[in-house]
Amino acid sequence: MSAPLLEVEGLRMHFFTKAGVVKAVDDVSFRLERGKILGIVGESGSGKSMTGYSILGLVDAPGRIVAGRIAQNGRELTTLDETAWRKLRGNRISMIFQDPMMTLNPVLRIDTQMIEAVQAHHDVSRDEALRRSREALVRVGIASPDERLRAYPHHFSGGMRQRVAIAIALLNKPDLVIADEPTTALDVTIQGQILHEMQALCRESGTGLIWITHDLSVIAGLADDVCVMYAGRVVESGTVDEVLDRPMHPYTRGLLDSVPSRNERGRPLAQIPGMTPSLLKLGAACAFRERCPRAQPDCAEAPLATRPAPGRTLRCLHPTP
Amino acid sequence: MSTAPAPLLELRGVSKRFDKHLDFAGRIARKLGSRISDETVHAVDTVNLAVAEGEVVGLVGESGCGKSTLGRVVSRILEPTAGVRFWKGRPYAEYDKAADRAERLAVQMIFQDPYASLNPRLRIVDIVGEAPVVHGLIPRREQAEYVAHTLGRVGMDASLLRRFPHQFSGGQRSRIGIARALAVKPRFLVCDEAVAALDVSIQAQVLNLFIRLREELALTYLFISHDLGVIRHVSDRVVVMYLGRVVETASAAEIFDRPNHPYTQALVAEVPRIDVRRRHFVPIRGEIPSPLDPPRGCHFHPRCPRAFDRCRVEAPQLREVAPGHHSACHLNDRPS
Amino acid sequence: MHDTTPPAETLAPPAAPEPPVESPWRRLSVEFAESKLEIAGLGRLLVVVVIALTAPWLSPQNPYDLAQLDVMDSKLEPGSPSATGGTYWLGTDDQGRDMLSGIFYGLRISLAVGVASTVLAVAIGLVLGLAAAYFGGWVDAVIMRIVDIQLSFPAILVALVLMATLGQGVGKIILALVTVQWAYYARTVRSSALVERQKEYIEAARVLALPRSRVVFRHLLPNCLPPLIVVATVQVAHAISLEATLSFLGLGLPITEPSLGLLISNGFQYLLSGKYWISFYPGVALLATVMAINLVADQLRDILNPRLKR
Repeated sequence: MSAPLLEVEGLRMHFFTKAGVVKAVDDVSFRLERGKILGIVGESGSGKSMTGYSILGLVDAPGRIVAGRIAQNGRELTTLDETAWRKLRGNRISMIFQDPMMTLNPVLRIDTQMIEAVQAHHDVSRDEALRRSREALVRVGIASPDERLRAYPHHFSGGMRQRVAIAIALLNKPDLVIADEPTTALDVTIQGQILHEMQALCRESGTGLIWITHDLSVIAGLADDVCVMYAGRVVESGTVDEVLDRPMHPYTRGLLDSVPSRNERGRPLAQIPGMTPSLLKLGAACAFRERCPRAQPDCAEAPLATRPAPGRTLRCLHPTP
Repeated sequence: MSTAPAPLLELRGVSKRFDKHLDFAGRIARKLGSRISDETVHAVDTVNLAVAEGEVVGLVGESGCGKSTLGRVVSRILEPTAGVRFWKGRPYAEYDKAADRAERLAVQMIFQDPYASLNPRLRIVDIVGEAPVVHGLIPRREQAEYVAHTLGRVGMDASLLRRFPHQFSGGQRSRIGIARALAVKPRFLVCDEAVAALDVSIQAQVLNLFIRLREELALTYLFISHDLGVIRHVSDRVVVMYLGRVVETASAAEIFDRPNHPYTQALVAEVPRIDVRRRHFVPIRGEIPSPLDPPRGCHFHPRCPRAFDRCRVEAPQLREVAPGHHSACHLNDRPS
Repeated sequence: MHDTTPPAETLAPPAAPEPPVESPWRRLSVEFAESKLEIAGLGRLLVVVVIALTAPWLSPQNPYDLAQLDVMDSKLEPGSPSATGGTYWLGTDDQGRDMLSGIFYGLRISLAVGVASTVLAVAIGLVLGLAAAYFGGWVDAVIMRIVDIQLSFPAILVALVLMATLGQGVGKIILALVTVQWAYYARTVRSSALVERQKEYIEAARVLALPRSRVVFRHLLPNCLPPLIVVATVQVAHAISLEATLSFLGLGLPITEPSLGLLISNGFQYLLSGKYWISFYPGVALLATVMAINLVADQLRDILNPRLKR
């Protein structure tokens, strides 16, 4: 049996700050197969973005990975040096950020940036690089690509910029794409377009996609599998149908219940009381217990990740029935 | 509906235009043949809006639709370039200075960004208590007590009075912003994307707070959001805007069950829903045009799957297509 | 099932224990105190300030009191004994003045002139910058054009012309320095205010119908201060250097109230004939002062820069 496209096991990434240790990613495990889409869902402070950065080795001091394995096609990523990373990033693994201006250089033309991205990894002529860039733009649904290539980022709207950023991410036909909230800041109709394109691209090219978001409904429509994160830990994971139709963790249940469309119009929404705890003084106990309606005294002990069913993980001592 | 009381707040024919005139250097450049010109953005284009007392009107649309500008015209941060605003049936221009100030306080705004909407150098007691004291609603010596009471109304502990904004989370800052608005005893709240920047679980808390306050204090809301799910949940009536114009208005149930305008239909279809799995996204094509250069005729025609000749030249007017349901689309004039 | 409407749910304060009240100023001093290097810089500056303030009591000799000077003691080397039994630690100048005392007094004048001119220039620049940003339109245009014109002249040139016209004296040099400096602050404050003005808390103040003056002074102004503080601190050093230059060229302070610049100028002629200390030590003092101020300003800028938030 071949190695999965991406396997993350027991990943822990901490920030060592003056105020103390922030356990941004605390024992995260999941796997992704070729051509599949995995959604990582969580709110701010859940560690979902940091997980994405950790996979790409983009964590800077004062943070660092303290434990765990990240294997891409069987190859261990946590021990790579910068030279090896440079060959990998933008080539075999790429990332799409929430703000397209994190990808695009405002003072360079689009064609310059895209050609640079191609030539950094492939020894091809400028014309060939330009041809590939043009093809990538067409693939993400940009009409009149020649005109767009000659423009600067500030000539584009937010949605268009994000499309260009996605095109750059897909330029070298990577095996794995990590998308960190790419459509959160975009309008609903533009989001629809981009989701449509990402879906098609993954199906056609067999690229694995990790989609990080706080929006459960996007995951519902797009992903095959989902991991729900809270306070740096994966509290529940499984296929999208299983987790969204039969959630076991009270947090997942609470999130689903608080979505407006699940509640009667005009009546108060079911809500999760309280706030996300600070990641600073987090002990081993369940981080959700102060807000959980099903909490018991034994929740003060560390709930380990269990496998209640094949392909399903859960970190809870008293799951919802 | 003929003997209904005058709406609490009404906008008739209101437009807001932003002109960016060329400066001296620009004018010289133009004389020398450069193609730059004065820029005009028609952020809001001839909008009629009436909000009855106690009603929650949801204003929805995407970027460039003008909903935020309209919100600022309603809360009087911006003056309209055309049209008249009415409060309790009288145009604002008719109010004398004292009444005008009282009416200013009656319409308050809740802002989107919980981080930028609080003055980082002031303590909470001053942020919330400043306006009531300045306007003489409460004497200065009662400020702390009044603020504590107002904070309690929004579900915050009174012991947090002397803290600064940076010591609070996003959800708490939202509540402080709401307390600040409530402190001047408003009748009408404009909520400009008030929950957009919040986490989903906090969003539910704050929305519930809005619903509760509406009942407790008999408030009227203009709720501006791009999130259709939220709009559907809190609104009685929904107004849909596209590129500065109102394209459809109806009751909340009606607009989601029977959307009439093609844009509304697309919006309603696009909203991702949890029950729909691995959906086949069929997006509406095209980009949202820039408000600097809106398409002629119906603003939506370049992206509309059912556009025909008339749409390209003539801007459609809002017409009643069902009781209480208005839509601005030429398709409604065609015999079906 | 989750509870639907908790009555008036109170949100507990953030979980981590933290100081009960934490004003922005307290945060500033806490952050400043975190690095030893920063403390050292501040310490050096404090030494300078203390010397300047206590010069009359600290100095072994009052260099301006002609009765105390003995021309026989002139041009003595550092470490030479004085006629009255003490030691001239840094030597004497051509008039028999103790260099150490001269430096102490000179520091006093230099620092006083630097700080006074900066404070006045800040006040003027602040008001004009805020007005330009808040009112916009022609007010903005007029003020900014004046600022542009002012800043296009080299500072030293304007100062020289002014001093040549006005003559010597502490008040006059402060005036010259203020004239040369206010424009920087106006520009800094204006750009800061333009950014802050767009922020939602200013819009909120307007929706709350607060009077305009209150919005400008209570809401806008305090939030424009951080970059201003950084610029002002650096400019104190700059003003001191400028004043020293002017005095060196003979257009600054009179010999009866010598600043460090004048002391340096005085000893210049002896520099190459072996009596270096008359120029050298005042120069070192000037350098140390300016460096100390710049270091503190650097630290302040890093701390106050929100983008570098640690």
